[in-house]
Amino acid sequence: MSAFLRRHQRQLAGLLFVTPWIIGFAIFTAYPLVTSVVYSFSRVTFPLDGIMLEPVGVANYTNVLMSDPDFKLALSTYLTQLVCYVPMILVFSCMLALLLNSPIRLRKLVRAIFFLPVIIVSGPVLASLSQMGAAVLLGLEDFPVYEFIHRFVPPAVAMPILYVFDNAVLILWFCGVPILIFLSGLQKMDRSMYEAAMVDGASAWQKFWKLTIPTLKPFFFLNGVFSVVEISMSTQNPIIKLIKDGLFQITRGFGFSAAVTMLYFLIILVSVLILYVLFGREKRDIVAAQPRRAVKS
Amino acid sequence: MNRIIPERTLGRARHVLLGTREKTGLLTHLVLFVLTIGLCYVFVSPLLTMLSMGLKDGKDLNNPLVNWFPTKLYTGNFDRAWVVMGGWNTVITSGSMFLIIAAVQTFSSAVIAYGFAKSEFPGRKLLFALMIATFVIPDQVTFMPRYLMFREYGMLRTYLPLLLPAALGNGIRNAIFILIFYQFFRMMPKALDEAAMVDGAGYLRVFFTVSIPLAVPAIVVVFIFSFVWHWNETFLTDLYFGNAIGTMPLLLERFTDNYTKIFPPNVDNPMAVLNEGIRMAATLITVLPLLVMYILVERKLIESLDRTGITGE
Repeated sequence: MSAFLRRHQRQLAGLLFVTPWIIGFAIFTAYPLVTSVVYSFSRVTFPLDGIMLEPVGVANYTNVLMSDPDFKLALSTYLTQLVCYVPMILVFSCMLALLLNSPIRLRKLVRAIFFLPVIIVSGPVLASLSQMGAAVLLGLEDFPVYEFIHRFVPPAVAMPILYVFDNAVLILWFCGVPILIFLSGLQKMDRSMYEAAMVDGASAWQKFWKLTIPTLKPFFFLNGVFSVVEISMSTQNPIIKLIKDGLFQITRGFGFSAAVTMLYFLIILVSVLILYVLFGREKRDIVAAQPRRAVKS
Repeated sequence: MNRIIPERTLGRARHVLLGTREKTGLLTHLVLFVLTIGLCYVFVSPLLTMLSMGLKDGKDLNNPLVNWFPTKLYTGNFDRAWVVMGGWNTVITSGSMFLIIAAVQTFSSAVIAYGFAKSEFPGRKLLFALMIATFVIPDQVTFMPRYLMFREYGMLRTYLPLLLPAALGNGIRNAIFILIFYQFFRMMPKALDEAAMVDGAGYLRVFFTVSIPLAVPAIVVVFIFSFVWHWNETFLTDLYFGNAIGTMPLLLERFTDNYTKIFPPNVDNPMAVLNEGIRMAATLITVLPLLVMYILVERKLIESLDRTGITGE
């Protein structure tokens, strides 16, 4: 036994360090996840001495999807947020990271300012700001562009554009962490690749599309996932309010909330999957680029 | 055109303005400068709005001619909002609570990440993948059974429902924190540990005397983020704490109710009516402790962020 211990000492030590997480995962993630699934297929009531579960099949789901008055609106708001915010966050934060990576004055200060929202934004603060209209870009409605879009662009196209304008500050405020991640991606990039491209006569535009964007691709995936989770957990998301309020309402209850939760979780998983299909499979390029880099250095 | 201005002058002017391949031009600099200023304004303007509206009295608020600068500095809004928000009491109780939770979460994340980073036990890959996967499981998915569990053990209205998961590496956004430490420990040269082990130090000893002192940047980043994200959390704190523990964002959420309780509207004191100025003052008070902290630690935080390189491999 002691020989076994000595031989596997390192592994055992590692396992011992990880043990708290395994316990925590079992109690606070795995068990609740499974139980939530069970709740979503049951009618949950609370007699005096605890919890009573009554299996009802998919009744909760049909309830949510077919007959609930608030779910449809909440769902469409949430999906609009996801579809409009995530691409905009990716584009904005990539541009801002490029800006911070270029030789501008007071770079440190600007960077600190861009990171400010990550520190101070919480649900109630956002709510109170948007109530005041402070979250809308000040005076943007007065710009002729706004009027122009309203008048000449077909509504199907104009809608998302105007939506983005209306939520510009909010979107920028979600950009803090993505900017940081893009920036560290940019700083890890190989200078010599740029120099080689320059010698070969590539323009800035070509360098951007052929070098910068491919290198940043994995970071797009990372930031995409981060933004999806961030937006989903934000109090701006009406689904969350529905889940929370539903808990103690007679007409809804735990089973209802659990069903909404599962649908909400499904949306997150599908979004992550879409992001993976778009950005996730580019590992090969990066790997292929590495030996070349090694030769050079 | 070409005859009036010699071609060489034109070319040089173009180079100065638009830049060459080697040097950025003046015009590019200008565009970047204007863009940067504009963006900074967008980021800071909500804070400025809070400050300027918070300092306006009722007359200034209703006067359309008064825009950014109030006619006189009026601190009554802040006085009243401060009372409704519970004053120093709230700052100190919630602040110290979150400091403890953040410290515990930082420590447990470091321990767990160390296990993942430094040894190859069977099942490590699977567990690590599960750990990463927990990132996409929002608290909203697991909170119901958690809530009932904490209720059963009588832990509601205390800070334990936040502390216990954090202590076991399953707290708020714990996957990120473990990942930050994991990458940091991975970057450390193995020779360091081995040298300490040859000298007869055990695993715990190596962890505490070699790895932890070297991981200061990761500790700074994780601690600050954990503190900030706990401070700004309202979904779980609202459920777990109820009215027992007031955090600043929660009190901001309930501001209107609390305000009318403390300053009931009456005819004698028309100034006490809840207006936008008072609301903005309360919002500023909510973010002010974080703002002060950020200004104090900003340099250290950014520097640490650079050194942890929080990105996937």
